[in-house]
Amino acid sequence: MTTDHRLVAQQLTLGYRERTVIEGLDLEVPPGQITAIVGANACGKSTLLRSLSRLLAPTHGQVLLDGKQVHRLPAKELARTLGLLPQSPIAPEGIAVSDLVGRGRTPHQGMFSRWSSDDDVAVAAALDATQTAELADRPVDELSGGQRQRVWIAMALAQQTDLLLLDEPTTFLDVSHQVEVLDLLTDLNRSRGTTIVMVLHDLNLAARYADRLIAIAGGTVHSSGEPRDVLTEDMVRAVFGLDSQIITDPTSERPLMLPLGRHGVVGSTADGRRSQ
Amino acid sequence: MTTTLELVVAGRRRRARRRASIVGVLLVLAAALFAASLVYGRTVYPIGDVWAVIRGEEVPGATFTVGRLRLPRAVLAVIAGFAFGLGGVTFQTMLRNPLASPDIIGITGGASAAATIGIVFFSLEGAQISVLAIVAGLMVAMVIYALSFKDGVAGIRLILIGIGIAAMLESVTTYVLSKAGQWDLQEALRWLTGSLNGSSWSDVVPLLVASLVLVPLLLSRTGALGTLPLGDDTAAALGTRVEATRLVVVLAAVGLIAFATAATGPIAFVAFLAGPIAARLVGPGASLLVPAALVGAVLVLLADLVGQYALDTRYPVGVVTGVLGAPYLVYLIVRTNRAGGNL
Repeated sequence: MTTDHRLVAQQLTLGYRERTVIEGLDLEVPPGQITAIVGANACGKSTLLRSLSRLLAPTHGQVLLDGKQVHRLPAKELARTLGLLPQSPIAPEGIAVSDLVGRGRTPHQGMFSRWSSDDDVAVAAALDATQTAELADRPVDELSGGQRQRVWIAMALAQQTDLLLLDEPTTFLDVSHQVEVLDLLTDLNRSRGTTIVMVLHDLNLAARYADRLIAIAGGTVHSSGEPRDVLTEDMVRAVFGLDSQIITDPTSERPLMLPLGRHGVVGSTADGRRSQ
Repeated sequence: MTTTLELVVAGRRRRARRRASIVGVLLVLAAALFAASLVYGRTVYPIGDVWAVIRGEEVPGATFTVGRLRLPRAVLAVIAGFAFGLGGVTFQTMLRNPLASPDIIGITGGASAAATIGIVFFSLEGAQISVLAIVAGLMVAMVIYALSFKDGVAGIRLILIGIGIAAMLESVTTYVLSKAGQWDLQEALRWLTGSLNGSSWSDVVPLLVASLVLVPLLLSRTGALGTLPLGDDTAAALGTRVEATRLVVVLAAVGLIAFATAATGPIAFVAFLAGPIAARLVGPGASLLVPAALVGAVLVLLADLVGQYALDTRYPVGVVTGVLGAPYLVYLIVRTNRAGGNL
């Protein structure tokens, strides 16, 4: 599989009606790498991701895939190169896992959705990669949160896109399932060279798993680059309005952010003031 | 040790087989009911006579009764049932809610209100009524869409507005019918609950032509309709042009429903019942378009036979389907209240 697809946002301005969320944002997704987008709640991370995958048309600027505007590309052609897993996809009642994963093949099928043996192979590979093969015949609505998320990722894998965007793929999962999902995405990146862009809430997991971080604040890119350069005390203060201490994670040698709240820190007083 | 590939293929084959066998059973059932409604009646003609009439031979008595009365009636039952079933399930799939059927949200009501106004006040007939019914159906669909639009269309808002509009339109129909001069009850019931009484080939032709255009158009969107239940964003990410698909599909489904309503009146609850029944039969996940259309045809044929011969009095087909549908509507509203229902 090729990994040299270039996804670029130029002077991107996004909003809903009068409310502008992203303004004049420039961004380049490094091919073949894992990029994590971080930022405070309602800073426009998800909006940005939706626009990168063409779900939202920009008010100004453009999103280019290999030099072509994504909003001009034929829908199915784009869906064969770029996949998106939204934050809360809906599973139809009672649908079986392998059936749902099969929906990922839609962009590869014709008008009357004829099924081919390629489709079977792709679905099987996606189930294997996400270790959901033993769930193949189970109804999706009976699965645990972690299993369900792996099934959705399997659907995105069955789409066989070189670029995969994910909106908070670890939300609502406990820590072991979060790690499991991020490991799975890393496997995918290392073995197939899939370019991954994901919105993540957890800064420390983002710093550990991403090759690059993009921090969003005030409707534009605050900083971007390798985790050690982006995850700094200054960034956390500017983007999240939070005091913090950054240390080096001994298990990964990546930066690790320790929040400094008013309580729970050595030396904090009963009324929540920190001694200087 | 089975490989994942074998597992995937086996699962897909099993689902496809189940769907195919259900479709097969429904086809046989529809054919049997169709034959029964040609054979059975005040006079029972042997199937040989019926076949002879269909081939165009003169059979005393049967040529008129079967050829002129029963055949157009049965053909109309099949096509109208098919159209109601397909139009209904399309709406239900698209809006992810079984209550979103065109006969619940006022689209059928718009078509029949317009048809009654055309007949009673403007003495229109035939094709003019069809055109009027279709235009009205589309207009009602647009009005409901416009009224429920606020940062996109939320299914439940659309449904509630549609139910309100349906009630208004029904009272319009009732009012207009009360103004009709020597309107007999049968003709009135045709526009209130739907009836196949007095069907003729001139009722069949416009609906048949419309179906030949609109049914393939809808079936060609099977893939896109299969992604819409996953949510708009997921559907778009899978390469479905959500808004464009919705527009084409709504126009085609409203067209089918309105043509069928113009031909038979709003046969109560067929559009509403066909999808959920088909869903129970074929199981989760499968495309419901063809199964629901066949369920629609079976329902109309069956209800018409029951209405004509099973009871002391002859009832129009819509009365029978209405009796079937109303309890299900209540059940669904109760369930939606609890959980936010699904097809």
